[in-house]
Amino acid sequence: MPQLGETVTEGTVGRWLKKAGDQVAKYEPLLEVETDKVASEIPSPFAGTLSAILADEGATVPVGAPVCEILAAGEAPGAPVPAPAPVAAAPAPAAAAPLAVAPPEAAPQPTVAPPASAPSVPAPAVNAPAATAPAAAAAVAAGDAGQNNGARHSPAVRRLARMHHIDLSGIAGSGRGGRLTARDVMSHVENTAQASASTAPSVPRTAPVPPPSAVVPAAAVKPSAPAHPGAPPPAAPLPAQVTAPAATPSAAPIKVAASTVQPLPIAPPGPEDTVIRLSQMRKTIAERMVLSKTTIPHAWSMVEADVTALVKWRNQEKDAFKAREGVNLTYLPIVIQAVCGAIREYPMVNATWAGDSIIQRRHINIGVAVDVDEGLVVPVVRDADRYSLAGLATTINELVGRARARKLTMDDLTDGTITVDNTGSLGSIASVPIINPPQAAIITTEAIVRRPWVVDDAIAIRHIMNLCLALDHRVLDGAVASHFLQAVKKRLETYSG
Amino acid sequence: MATKTVLEGVRDAMYNEMVRDERVFIMGEDVGARGNVFLITQGFMDKFGRQRVIDTPLAEASIVGVAIGAAMAGMRPIAEIQFADFIYPAYNQIVGEAAKVRYRSAGGNSCPMVIRTPYGGGVRGALSHSVSVEALFYHVPGLKICVPSTPADAQGLLTSAIRDEDPVMVLEHKKTYRLIKGEVPDGDYTVPIGKAAIAREGKDLSVITYGLMRHFAVEAAEKLAAEGIDAEVVDLRSIRPMDRETVLASVTKTRRALIVHEDNKFGGVGAEVAAIIAEEALFELDAPVRRLCGPDVPAMGYAKEYEEAFMPSAERIAAAMRDLAAY
Repeated sequence: MPQLGETVTEGTVGRWLKKAGDQVAKYEPLLEVETDKVASEIPSPFAGTLSAILADEGATVPVGAPVCEILAAGEAPGAPVPAPAPVAAAPAPAAAAPLAVAPPEAAPQPTVAPPASAPSVPAPAVNAPAATAPAAAAAVAAGDAGQNNGARHSPAVRRLARMHHIDLSGIAGSGRGGRLTARDVMSHVENTAQASASTAPSVPRTAPVPPPSAVVPAAAVKPSAPAHPGAPPPAAPLPAQVTAPAATPSAAPIKVAASTVQPLPIAPPGPEDTVIRLSQMRKTIAERMVLSKTTIPHAWSMVEADVTALVKWRNQEKDAFKAREGVNLTYLPIVIQAVCGAIREYPMVNATWAGDSIIQRRHINIGVAVDVDEGLVVPVVRDADRYSLAGLATTINELVGRARARKLTMDDLTDGTITVDNTGSLGSIASVPIINPPQAAIITTEAIVRRPWVVDDAIAIRHIMNLCLALDHRVLDGAVASHFLQAVKKRLETYSG
Repeated sequence: MATKTVLEGVRDAMYNEMVRDERVFIMGEDVGARGNVFLITQGFMDKFGRQRVIDTPLAEASIVGVAIGAAMAGMRPIAEIQFADFIYPAYNQIVGEAAKVRYRSAGGNSCPMVIRTPYGGGVRGALSHSVSVEALFYHVPGLKICVPSTPADAQGLLTSAIRDEDPVMVLEHKKTYRLIKGEVPDGDYTVPIGKAAIAREGKDLSVITYGLMRHFAVEAAEKLAAEGIDAEVVDLRSIRPMDRETVLASVTKTRRALIVHEDNKFGGVGAEVAAIIAEEALFELDAPVRRLCGPDVPAMGYAKEYEEAFMPSAERIAAAMRDLAAY
């Protein structure tokens, strides 16, 4: 399973475009993978024959886990295939002899055997105790999965690890950037040999490793995933796997204590009930909302803006704009312009909580919430403050179109610094939005309604729009937030094109 | 043991062989009356006569072509190309003829000749006195190519080349001629063609090199030893046949390989060395194979700055070694 975005931890196999036995050319589309919000075609990294499909359609597998086997062109069948049950390390004398334990790997390896070793001799079961603990096999598997997920190892390191049955995840690297060198592995082997010689002879050579489910946190933070501003927090109990948010792997770590949220008891579905399978997007939304609501202290504020002049201006301009630019002139790009201007006045809004610091972002990347059939996505307008009104309108129109066609790329969905949600399009006049972590604020634009309004000392009928702001109170205090909201309001009330 | 320069090693090899074997003769531009532009054959004409030390016109194709004919007729010619930069007119004779004589005649004929030529830069030789030509020839089966870097290797390899039954090119780095001094065993001294030497033993990385760069690499390795990096330097000595065993044994030991040559990088000797390592020792490698070579520009310029930019120096080799050791 390839890494489809820096924070993505798992993917769901959507559709296989090839079946077992098919020939595949290098870079030929092999399968479709759905991650949080994107369906991507995965090109084959090799030319050869698709010999086995390991992850069926609909299966969700962690990044780095094998999804299929491809027999490289010219490779004979029977080449190293994942051994079903790697044998635990044999006692010391046998460990010195190279045992050909084939680790489960995403791609079959070339059949080149280490020159010094006896090739293709399977790990002799004779040497291993018959009662090979399943835990040991799991540990080996987990070690290899970790290896695939994380650092890439040199051929020498991989050969030494196989030879000595070493779980590499526990060894500190001394190479550049912490890379594990062959010498690191050799000194580990020597130290382990000394340690086991001086302690018990039965010390397993493979270091214990947490089970795979703990290695890949089920609910790792994915900063690019959507907030769902208008929706109430999920009322239904969540699947167990979303209840353990872990520390984020991103540059903006949010330290989260292991959540204590327990699923409430629920009655099993009756005959008239419908059970809806969770889509990948639904799961992500659920995880993200729980993460946001359980880790970010939300504060909320709302202002009313008299946008009568803006409405009048837009009504005058919209036909010419449409004729000139080819897209409708809506209020959203105008609001985004106002938000960008206000951010420049109050840049603290454009920030992220980083645990031991606050990172104030220089680029203003506006996430625009878009509802799609299955839920909602938040594509990002990068450097939104640099666009003209027409440019913004065109860009948003294009992003919305691609979002609804599920053609967004990971680039479209990453690096947002603040979210704007046009909840008013559905008639709402006030929302309590949920922040899209690791951002610090989300602003909604509510429906423009005609209201009796005090103007000077008279009552007039005016066009009024509410603006709602949720903010991360760790990053921002009420004063800055209010100033910011007022700045947006002022820009909209005095807008003149 | 006598201490000699590389130039004296070359001279003694030819002198001794001409004394030992009457079939050996020298031909080339300025080899006779002038005694070679580096004075290698000074006095040879007086000693061996005009029949065996022949000044030729400026016609490299003829120098090699005549030598081929003489070799096939039973002589042992040493054809000198005054500077490797001038060898191109003789390319057809060397590649198209000399390299193929034995194969073409199914072993019925041989071509026991030596083509020796000074090559390489670092002597302010500018565009037409600085070139490295080894990569233009090492692709060709039927040619042997030696690149001695020490006085002993210069004498020993040239002696072996003169005695060889097939065409051998001996490329002598001109900057080593008087710069490099060293001991040469007395008596009839030969060095086998196709055998590399370990110029310095080490365990942390292997520098595979030849020619002048061997000396820079050893200098760099000594510098790095003070920093706790223990580098091995392999001097190929012969480019073809290439000593795969020594290269692979060194890389198997150190697991890291840096290839250094003055010739430009693309398609150079380093490409073949890297390919051998990749094919034979992949599972020994703990780091990518690296190459430090001359840049892919058409020639080495005259200006000091151009020359320094082109030539790998001990400092640049040390930096590359440090970088690879830290990988």
